[in-house]
Order: sequence, then structure tokens, then C-alpha cells
Amino acid sequence: MSELKKTLTDPIFNNNPIGLQILGICSALAVTSSLSVSLVMCIALTSVVAFSNLFISLIRSTIPNNIRIIVQMIIIASLVIVVDQVLKAVAYEISKQLSVFVGLIITNCIVMGRAEAFAMKNPPFESFVDGLGNGLGYSVVLLTVGFIRELFGAGTLFGIEVLPLVTEGGWYNPNGLLLLPPSAFFIIGLLIWALRAWKTEQVEEPEFKLAAHQVAREGA
Amino acid sequence: MEYYLSLFVRAVFIENMALAFFLGMCTFIAVSKKIQAAIGLGIAVVVVLTITVPVNNLIYNYLLADGALAWAGFPDLDLSFLGLLSYIGVIAAIVQILEMFLDKYVPALYNALGVFLPLITVNCAILGSSLFMVERDYNFSESLVFGAGSGVGFALAITALAGIREKLKYSDVPQGLQGLGITFIIVGLMSLGFMSFGGIDL
Repeated sequence: MSELKKTLTDPIFNNNPIGLQILGICSALAVTSSLSVSLVMCIALTSVVAFSNLFISLIRSTIPNNIRIIVQMIIIASLVIVVDQVLKAVAYEISKQLSVFVGLIITNCIVMGRAEAFAMKNPPFESFVDGLGNGLGYSVVLLTVGFIRELFGAGTLFGIEVLPLVTEGGWYNPNGLLLLPPSAFFIIGLLIWALRAWKTEQVEEPEFKLAAHQVAREGA
Repeated sequence: MEYYLSLFVRAVFIENMALAFFLGMCTFIAVSKKIQAAIGLGIAVVVVLTITVPVNNLIYNYLLADGALAWAGFPDLDLSFLGLLSYIGVIAAIVQILEMFLDKYVPALYNALGVFLPLITVNCAILGSSLFMVERDYNFSESLVFGAGSGVGFALAITALAGIREKLKYSDVPQGLQGLGITFIIVGLMSLGFMSFGGIDL
């Protein structure tokens, strides 16, 4: 049981797919300007990772090794098509805002990475849990970035006014930069910094060290 | 002609795949440590994009779009929901063919590209361009120009980032920002720079 719990919770902070493994960053940046869109994206990605892990793990011993990438791709692509069609039927407005990014879950490295690294070697239930855990780790980062960007960029959360804007007679002057793409890079960069200040074992070794400054002594 | 030129410039600078749409970020960050590797990957992306986007355009217009199968006697068939599966299949197949072709006829380039060629299959920038092509309803020649343009844009961005990261080793980065963190902030600054191209209309 504790093993399972570890599989589920490890990817959230200790082995975060975005913060440590550098996987699946593309969509993390593009969809986070509003919180509701990020939430839908998180649900979509988490379900795709969990189910692709489950199905791939179910047939892992029958997949011939040299065509495994194509088999994985087909399973993932079919799941993404299902998610895409469901979104278009249930939440058409949001699916328009996500535009191509739902389709891009196919090439999201988290899905492929977990299929290849975990589901090919582990039984179905564990793989499903691992998929959920990685989906959650992704969601934590996505929702944090979405929260910061929407709150300080537009003064709203889920479209509901939290900080009254100056233009509407309130006091908050929104920071327009946060609604533009580059802000997502800064926020994720700083999030990684925060995460690594807390979990110091994740800090990368510098490739080069500056030599300590030496003062030449006179007459020496 | 002018129209195509403006489409090309827009794809390279204003709607840069990496810096404006964040596509291909995983490879963008992972392969930008050395300029040599970045240039190799850039060339591979340009080649693959210039081929796959027009091919997917043909597939969409003659097989998948609503009523596209009229020539085969199915005027009411709409297969566009199969789009994702077909595009990724086409991309994987073309990358594979390209790999075999280069191995046989242009071994120098094949060796230069090395491991990056198969990696391109899962590069979001490639699939993303095909999806944008469908969403914006480009015709064949537009999709050719768009594919080449977004490839060049990606190559430009990754080479520039690799250049900056090579210089970075002379700087004293705070401990927690080492590596990934500082790279994100650099990419953010580059993205701000590229945004200044916005609004340019040729």
C-alpha cells in the first residue's frame, strides 16, 4: 500500500515532471493565461496519461519491441481523439480556447515518457496510479501558474472578479505582461527556484565553477 | 509573391513556434546546451516541417475534410476526427523514410543529425504546425511556405538560445536557479524580444 501511495505522491513534488524531468512544458506555458482553461487541460492530460499507462501496461508483454513506439503512439492518439471529441461536445467554448493544444497532448513528453519508462515494465494498476500521480504533478504546476497569471493579470479567478480593476472603478491596476506568453517562462523559472530552495537535493551541479577571487599581494 | 513572403516572415518571427506558441519546448530546452547540436536539430526540423506540413495538407483536403471524399463517391463523409491519428502517422512515417534516405544517400548529414532525427517525431512543433495549418485553412502553397517558415523560426530560436547558454557558463548563477531555472528565465527574455516583432505587417 505504501508503495502505491509513493507512486502516486512522488511525482507531485519530489519528482515533478515539469520541475525536474523537463517533460511536457509546451502546453504548460501556452494554456495558463486563464485558470478555467488550465483546469480543463489538467483534467484532459491526467486522464490521458492514466489511461494510456493502463492500456499500454495491459498489452505490454504482447507488443513487439521494435514497433513499440508506433503502438504507444496509436493508443495515445486514440485516447486524445476521445478526449477531444468529449470536450467539443461538453465544453465547446473552452475547447475553442485550447485550440490545437488538446491535440498536442499526443506529443506531450509526459505521456510518452511515462509509457516508456513505467508502463512497459509494471502491472496495470500500478501504471494507472503512476499516470495519475504524474498528471497531478503536472496539474500542480499548471494550476499555480494559471492562478498567478489570471489573478494578477486580469484580477479574476475562474472569471470571477477578485481584485476590482481600476478601469471598472476599483483599485487594482492589472499587470498586462502576465497575460502575455513570456510571463509564463518567468513564473515557471521562479517556481523551479522555489521548489529547489525547498528540496535542495534537486539542485543541479554547476558545470563550471568560478575560481575564488584572489587579490595579489604587493611584494609577495 | 509578396503575400507568401509576408506569410514566411510572420511564421519565422512574429508567430515563432518556440517563443510565441511554446511548441517543441522539451527539445528546445534539452538540446540547446551546445551550438553544434542546436544547429543540427534546427536543420532537421526545417527539413521535416517543409515536407510534413504540405503532405498533411493534401491528406486533409483530399481524404479527411468534410465532403473531401466526394471523388470516391462519398460526398457526405466527414473523417476530420481521424485527423490527429493520421497526422502523427504521417509524421512518424516521413521521419522514418527520411532517416533511411539520408542514411543511404547523404551519410554526412545523417551522421550530423544523429539521434535528433527520430526524436523529431515527438516534437510538438511538428504536429503543432500541421494542426495550425488545418485550423487556419491554408491551401497547398501556403502550407509549404508556412511549414518552411516555422521550421526556420524554430532553428533560429534554438541556435540563439544555445549561443546564450554557452556564454552562461561565465556567469555566477544563484544555486537553486542553476540549469533549468535560469534557462526558463532566459527563454522568457528572448520571447519578450521576439514579441517586439509583433504588429509588423509587410
